Amino acid sequence: MKPAPFFYERPRDLNAALAMLAANGSAKIIAGGQSLGPMLNLRLVQPELVVDISGLADLKRAEICGDELVLGALVTHADIEDGRTPDVTCGAMRGVAANIAYRAVRNRGTIGGSLSHADPAADWVSALAALGARLTLRSLAGARTLAIEAFVVGALESALQAGEIVEAIHVPARAGSAHWGYAKSCRKTGEFAHAIGAVLVDPAAATARIVIGAIDTPPIVVTDAGELFGGRVAADYKQRFDARVADILLVKAGIGDAVQRHIHVSVLKRAVHEAAA
Amino acid sequence: MRSERKFPSGGSGQGVGARLPRKEDDRLMRGRGQFVADIRVVGLQDVAFVRSPLAHARIRGIDVPERYRGNVFTAADISGVSPIRAISALPGFKISEQPMLASGKVRQVGELVAMCVAPTRAEAEDIAASVTLDLEELPAVYDMLKARDPGSALVHEHWGDNVFLETNYEVDISAALDAPIKVTREISTARQCMSPLEGRGVVASFDGRLDQLTLHSAAQMPHITRSGLAECLGMEEGRIRVISPDVGGGFGHKGILLPEEVCLSWLTMRCGHPVRWIEDRREHLVASSNCREHHYRITVYADRDGTLRGIDCEATVDSGAYSSYPFSACLEAAQVASILPGPYRMPAYRCRTFSVATNKCPILPYRGVARTGVCFALELMLDLVAAETGLEPGEVRLRNLVRPEQMPFDNITRKHFDSGDYPQAMRRALAAVDVAAVRAKQSQGEADGRRIGVGVSIYCEQAAHGTSVYAGWGIPMVPGHEQASARLTPDGGLELRVGVHSHGQGMETTLAQVAHEMLGIDVAKVRIILGDTAMTPYSTGTWGSRSMVMAGGAVAAACRELGERARRIGAKLLQHDPASVVLQNGEVRGVNGSVSLQAIAHTWYRRPQDLPADVDPGGLEVTQGYKPVRDSGTFSYAAHAAVVAVDPDVGEIEILDYVIVEDGGVLVNPMVVDGQIYGGLAQGIGTALYEEMPFDTSGQPLATTLADYLLPGATEVPTARLDHMETPSPYTQFGVKGIGEGGAIAPPAAIANAVNDALRPLGVEMMQSPITPRRVVEAVLAARAAERNAA
Repeated sequence: MKPAPFFYERPRDLNAALAMLAANGSAKIIAGGQSLGPMLNLRLVQPELVVDISGLADLKRAEICGDELVLGALVTHADIEDGRTPDVTCGAMRGVAANIAYRAVRNRGTIGGSLSHADPAADWVSALAALGARLTLRSLAGARTLAIEAFVVGALESALQAGEIVEAIHVPARAGSAHWGYAKSCRKTGEFAHAIGAVLVDPAAATARIVIGAIDTPPIVVTDAGELFGGRVAADYKQRFDARVADILLVKAGIGDAVQRHIHVSVLKRAVHEAAA
Repeated sequence: MRSERKFPSGGSGQGVGARLPRKEDDRLMRGRGQFVADIRVVGLQDVAFVRSPLAHARIRGIDVPERYRGNVFTAADISGVSPIRAISALPGFKISEQPMLASGKVRQVGELVAMCVAPTRAEAEDIAASVTLDLEELPAVYDMLKARDPGSALVHEHWGDNVFLETNYEVDISAALDAPIKVTREISTARQCMSPLEGRGVVASFDGRLDQLTLHSAAQMPHITRSGLAECLGMEEGRIRVISPDVGGGFGHKGILLPEEVCLSWLTMRCGHPVRWIEDRREHLVASSNCREHHYRITVYADRDGTLRGIDCEATVDSGAYSSYPFSACLEAAQVASILPGPYRMPAYRCRTFSVATNKCPILPYRGVARTGVCFALELMLDLVAAETGLEPGEVRLRNLVRPEQMPFDNITRKHFDSGDYPQAMRRALAAVDVAAVRAKQSQGEADGRRIGVGVSIYCEQAAHGTSVYAGWGIPMVPGHEQASARLTPDGGLELRVGVHSHGQGMETTLAQVAHEMLGIDVAKVRIILGDTAMTPYSTGTWGSRSMVMAGGAVAAACRELGERARRIGAKLLQHDPASVVLQNGEVRGVNGSVSLQAIAHTWYRRPQDLPADVDPGGLEVTQGYKPVRDSGTFSYAAHAAVVAVDPDVGEIEILDYVIVEDGGVLVNPMVVDGQIYGGLAQGIGTALYEEMPFDTSGQPLATTLADYLLPGATEVPTARLDHMETPSPYTQFGVKGIGEGGAIAPPAAIANAVNDALRPLGVEMMQSPITPRRVVEAVLAARAAERNAA
């Protein structure tokens, strides 16, 4: 399990990195290497060039701008877990970060890398969708911004175009009245989840976002989730959670297997209960 | 609870029974161990293999790019090498021939087709990737049950079917047929990978001066490896030296002759420089050897009071494509027939077994060998008997276990249980988990919607069985007397040479404790030399939980004789009649004084002028052989009890409590035994809940990384509570019994029984390992649907 030969560059500024990516269509970006490393070793990817972005200081910033948190793509899971980054989610992101894989993975794995890899079972893909986060993507041609749910377009498939890189993640501040619930089921501690449920419910504002993740397709993101709670979001949302509506969402997403759907719905229910607790 | 045993070492705290920290840990814990991959030899080149991507195919061509012709070797380049033939003399056994490199046909994914040599492994893999195989895919034999259907594709065409061996054993099954309770089920255990921390690895080189091939290999049985290599390569055994350095776990995976070992041996002699192959994790998962895949169609007959009337079973084991040397492909299934009755009494029994060839890796005996599957099948069935009779599962066991006053006991398959109190182990386990408290809790229900269950299992494990047992198998390896060499060094230290190996068992400590027991020499001054055919007496090696019984006995025998010789020299030096002196605490003592072993050794080697002319010329180096008084095996045993919580909607299982009551006879080092049990438990939990190598219908192994093949980690293994009983074996030195495998035998059954106890009110029954979340939820939904349909 050794990678096929490749060239390696470690640029010092973002524009240099973007130029390398523009010049080599098959180049792969490496940040923490927690997904790309094994894929290289298994020869599942055989890029001509690997661009190591870990030297780009611009991508390591973490600051609150206005009413949102802006995290550079190179912020690690452990940075968030340990509270080295500011927080606008009342601890929601910290809780998610602390349960990503193993500590060794969290030390090196980055939030931008995790999103770019677009594994539907990855925590940030679902959690940030529930939190309503957006991404800035940059290329030599300029920058654009996408909601997470528009960014992840398939299993291991993102909206990133050739020459483009995830630059930053924008997380909106969580309202004081909003409840957060995040549940996942893993066969063992640290393994990829086989079901994820994430909910952000604000009974005061009568709004709810729910995410069903770790399915074979992009996560199911319902930004106006009243239908899951009998048509309206109110203080009694836990009692009003309608598992059948969640099941139908999964059917519509193409999950034909009733056992798999039952597990997903049950995990989502856990997230709802956690939010209401 | 352990009885304090009295041995000559008295209160030194180093002899038999001492909880001595492991000597080897000083090296291993500081990173100073040396494993095969650590070995550096001048001129070493790496090997990567081109392996079959298909389970079953005819090889039409192998295309090697022109520029790599000198780096790539295929079957066409080799002559004079015999295939690996692991035979059995059991009537009807069909022989497979496992080639060093495939020619004509490939019979499993991962089979070796070509070897590529280069200065580094990465370059060797680049070369391997450039080789193109032209394969004509054949229908794969992927299901051991379908493999016996007429018209099935054939793994070995000339056999005419896919059965390595069929066996039949019966004792009066007709006597059971009128039993009022008759329960029939199908039960199965998944195919697993053994997954030691260190995989296999080989460094081969040739020494022109010695005219000798040296093979460094992570091997449990270096002497057997040498014999197998010599047969395949057509070389004298003396021209081969096998060295197995530090080994990071074996469990059976390192107990065979590998085609890779044959390949690298041939290659170093062909190329003239040392070559190396280190198994990577993907090779381990998809190409190497598997274990555990059993299927049972089993009926248990019982009376209404839970008394067993008989068992009738048809068992099938998926043996894979080839029979691995030296264990034959029928070892596992044929063993099922002899051990299925477990630690119980019963008047009637029938078992038919099939060892079936499929297009998968060879199956190997893995820690517990057939016993883990057998215990799973039998103990799940006993819980069904309990459910039918309305008795507590523990009570059904207590009514049928062999009782202590019946020991030694010959069971229905003529296994000779040497000693023990099986019911007491079960009673202690039941008391420790407090079954009554669990029942009370169950009646109240859990606030979080989970369901609680308690399960038990019990087994007895034959270990260190010898000539009388294995002669009948007619396999390439029959253990005889185990030998050990003991040498007193001129400065009074002790060197022990043994042919078994240590790959986590702590034998550098426990064998030193045995020597200390016999000679009183400080364990710090005892060196254990193992893992090298040039340095150690012949042995079949480490397998079958035999090393403490056999090598421990041999070390004791060698030390006893060495002590006797030292005592006679000591008597001369003390000018005493030999009959009047004793060896005690490292000294020869007489009425007028004493002389230390160190002084005796110094005199013998360095100042022979001080010895009288009529001194015994035998010297202070001794090799002795050992067999127990009876070599039908020791029987250690244990009762396991588990309490679990199951979430029926998500399928998650949490182990809330786990108790093991174990009797391994006299324990040489109870701390080492505890470690063995904890490690076995972790593997047993893997079998119960996590580990599975699935295959698709084309014979492709589907778990190709450790993200797909789940092993239990620290967070999945609960803190188990251990309780020891200590019934000596009447047949062995010190009364020790083999305990190495037991920890891995009972957990799948105890955990499955606990899960079934939790889910039984829902009408759910899990009869297949591993019990995954998906399988739980599937069964729960099916039971709910059945209930709705019935309503």
